[in-house]
Amino acid sequence: MYFGGSFTWGDFQFLLYGAATTIAITLVSVLIGTCLGVVFGLIRSGSPWWISNALGAVLDVFRSVPLLIQLVLFNSFNSILKLNWPTFAVGCLCLGIYASAFCTEIVRSGVGAVPLTTRRAARSLGLSWLQELTSITLPIATRVVFPSWIGLTLGVMKDTALVLWIGIVELLRSSQIVTSRVQEPLLILCITGLIYFFMSFPIARLGNQLEKKWGMQ
Amino acid sequence: MIAIENVHKQFGALHVLNGVDLTVQKGEVLSMIGGSGSGKSTMLMCINGLEGIQQGRITVDGVEVHSKNTDLNKLRRRIGIVFQQWNAFPHLTVLENVTLALRKVLRKSKEEAEAIAVEQLSHVGLREKLSVFPSRLSGGQQQRMAIARALAMSPDYMLFDEVTSALDPQLVGEVLDTLRMLSKEGMTMIVVTHEMRFAREVSDRIAFFYKGQIHEIGKPDQIFDNPTKQETASFVRSVL
Repeated sequence: MYFGGSFTWGDFQFLLYGAATTIAITLVSVLIGTCLGVVFGLIRSGSPWWISNALGAVLDVFRSVPLLIQLVLFNSFNSILKLNWPTFAVGCLCLGIYASAFCTEIVRSGVGAVPLTTRRAARSLGLSWLQELTSITLPIATRVVFPSWIGLTLGVMKDTALVLWIGIVELLRSSQIVTSRVQEPLLILCITGLIYFFMSFPIARLGNQLEKKWGMQ
Repeated sequence: MIAIENVHKQFGALHVLNGVDLTVQKGEVLSMIGGSGSGKSTMLMCINGLEGIQQGRITVDGVEVHSKNTDLNKLRRRIGIVFQQWNAFPHLTVLENVTLALRKVLRKSKEEAEAIAVEQLSHVGLREKLSVFPSRLSGGQQQRMAIARALAMSPDYMLFDEVTSALDPQLVGEVLDTLRMLSKEGMTMIVVTHEMRFAREVSDRIAFFYKGQIHEIGKPDQIFDNPTKQETASFVRSVL
């Protein structure tokens, strides 16, 4: 066909199928990471120092140990303990916890950026702790840390490439499979890179749009 | 009536309030003056429970502020407070800043909340700024918005904590005018201020804070012209 005679439409479709898996893993793990991150971040910023520090220490482990090691270990535990979770779930959970460790610090810095006096002003109007949190602190913090959160999401999307080591066929693994058959590594890596780009680009753009809309001006 | 009885408050080793006794009657305007660190602002924060106390009792219309059984969120609806840093909610428009608590706390409908907000904002001269974000307002306008936000809850008491201290000098007048207007309307107010001429003009009584206590309290003429205590006299001399 067009590309060097051996890369077929079927190969391209195979890559797209891998890309769909990459997107699925990204969505699920960012969702897990964000939910846990918000909870942990609120605990980190609003609880006594010994709880906050203990949680911080645990999350530091997940931030510091390379993701690849975490994936392989997690997958091994899955086999040793005979949990029999599907590798997709193992990959998502592992990436999700990894992302939550970073998201926690993002949330903490966002909450820290809301002046205490602003929070007090809200409480002085009779808003409860929860009402203040949901209508003042979280909306302001979200606007402050949104660019960092987009960065985290894009990072996680690229980190999904590592799940190929536990046997999930996502975009990068698909490209390796196609390469081994077609023997055109540069061409296929370029195409794969472009697919990654076209998955990331809309997220970055969406981020810019929301930031403009939220200008707070 | 706000009744403060023998209130003590410490931050670590620092004794900020050292046995304050004071009652403020409905309709009264009381100004608190004194040097920085004398406990005036902390006293205000204690009245609506934003700060705890270690000893003594504060009651607002018979409800004890620092009792475990008191629903502080409910009590705070009746006590408006405006701070030195005007504390606009930056992600909400001027209108939304005022409607937020009306809707969330008083559970008013959108229309009702907006009607009240527009009325209060017009009252402080911000009718034209409803859909603007606070960052587009001057400091004086933001402070007037904060006053409207507190007034919208129709509180029985208003507390003002150095509301003009962070403003450019040319913006102080417009905020003081708003306070004057409120005092004429009969609002019960406790005003912590460094604006002595203003305090003298609007206050029924002036309390001079010194080392965490009310050192002297009385009519403005007495405090400013014939203070009985030496510390009051030297403070008044230094600021006039």
